[in-house]
Amino acid sequence: MTEFFSDLGTALPRLLGEGLRDTLLSFLGGAVLMVIVAVVLGVAMHQGPRWLRVVARVVVEFFRGTSLVVQLFFLFYVLPNLTGLGSLGGTWTAILALGLNYGAYGAEVVRGSLNAVPAGQWETATALSMPWATKMRRIIWPQAWALMLPGFNNLMVMLVKGTAVVGLVLLNDLTFESEQVRREVGTWPAFLAALLIYFVIAWVVSLALRALEARAQRRLGLGDFEVRKARQDADQVMAGGVPDDQDGR
Amino acid sequence: MFETELFLEALPILVMAFLEVTLVVTVTSSLLAAVLGLVWAIALRELPGALARPLAFVLDFIRMTPLPVHLLVIYYAFTQLSPMTVGILVFGVHYSTYMAESYRAGIESIRKGQWEAAKALSLPPARTWRAVILPQAIRNTLPSLGNWAIAMFKDTPFLIFISVPEMVTRAREFGGQNFSYIEAMTLAGLLFLLASYPTAVLMQKLEKKLAY
Repeated sequence: MTEFFSDLGTALPRLLGEGLRDTLLSFLGGAVLMVIVAVVLGVAMHQGPRWLRVVARVVVEFFRGTSLVVQLFFLFYVLPNLTGLGSLGGTWTAILALGLNYGAYGAEVVRGSLNAVPAGQWETATALSMPWATKMRRIIWPQAWALMLPGFNNLMVMLVKGTAVVGLVLLNDLTFESEQVRREVGTWPAFLAALLIYFVIAWVVSLALRALEARAQRRLGLGDFEVRKARQDADQVMAGGVPDDQDGR
Repeated sequence: MFETELFLEALPILVMAFLEVTLVVTVTSSLLAAVLGLVWAIALRELPGALARPLAFVLDFIRMTPLPVHLLVIYYAFTQLSPMTVGILVFGVHYSTYMAESYRAGIESIRKGQWEAAKALSLPPARTWRAVILPQAIRNTLPSLGNWAIAMFKDTPFLIFISVPEMVTRAREFGGQNFSYIEAMTLAGLLFLLASYPTAVLMQKLEKKLAY
């Protein structure tokens, strides 16, 4: 037992020193891209003219329907030949694949939240002849934002876990390094150390989003019902299929 | 650039890998996850707090840590198991923690009166679950379980970490041998899309049909 803990004590600093960097880099890059992709595609799916809605929907279904690992390999092995520009490098490949894949799931969260903002809010803003940009920025977005945070919370945790595949494009992330450390300290201490680090990252990310969520709700004084509904929907962020509540406003 | 011959050559190889590995793992692990998930959900409600709290923590821990690492640790720790068995067990357990949440939501959606009525009729707990609660709860839970099964399906390429020859592993091998990845990778992506999208739409139909 003491040997186990001393092995764990050897593995933890090794992983923190060598694997953490690539994992965090993929996560942070992936998270930024994910939010951008989610907002652009989500708003396009809800607010765009008919042709744009169709295009955004096809893009979303494409990235949700083909697996993350397939996308990663496609960007890594195929894209350089296709464009003739040479490789993007492991880090950018990882960030691009993670951002696009989870961003597609996020787009559905954004669209659903825009849809959940009560019709009266949209109508009032229009009746006051607010320009579209002002209406979205001042009236709609603050309300939709509070509703999309529970969904983003789940997606961010998924994204932290998703970074475990970046070793496949030759990054030295936590998963890759734990397989190296295993040779010195044995299977359980090495991988348990990696799991603990992943758990702490996911937990901190989740807490941060919870705090954001609480702040957004406090500012709005949102009703219990809407919040509960948003939390329920958040558990279904990985669900697929075309929603039928599409009513382009 | 894109050679149709290579595409057609890859087709039978990937379809076989799809049928022999991807589909087998998805179906068996989904069933395992659906059973285990129900066990966790009931245990969390019925066990005393001293046992339920550690169980809840373990389930949270599994849910919030990456599946590839789970595959690796079980693969190296239990060398007597075949990689395929490791895959089925790990996918089943990992997704059972998600399905337990779905069951929990389904159970919580049942009105208090149902519990009270069962109690008033002095039904034993086992019978309350079997005859009153679960038939209603599972009906609410089915579409969500289906969605997790689809998510699991798209995660099966993680089996590459423990060298199970599933579809994407074969696609990468094929690409390496022929010095061209585009045909096999496109095909792999296409097969995923063709299998997952219609299933997702079907789940949605089911959801609407089962809704009260």
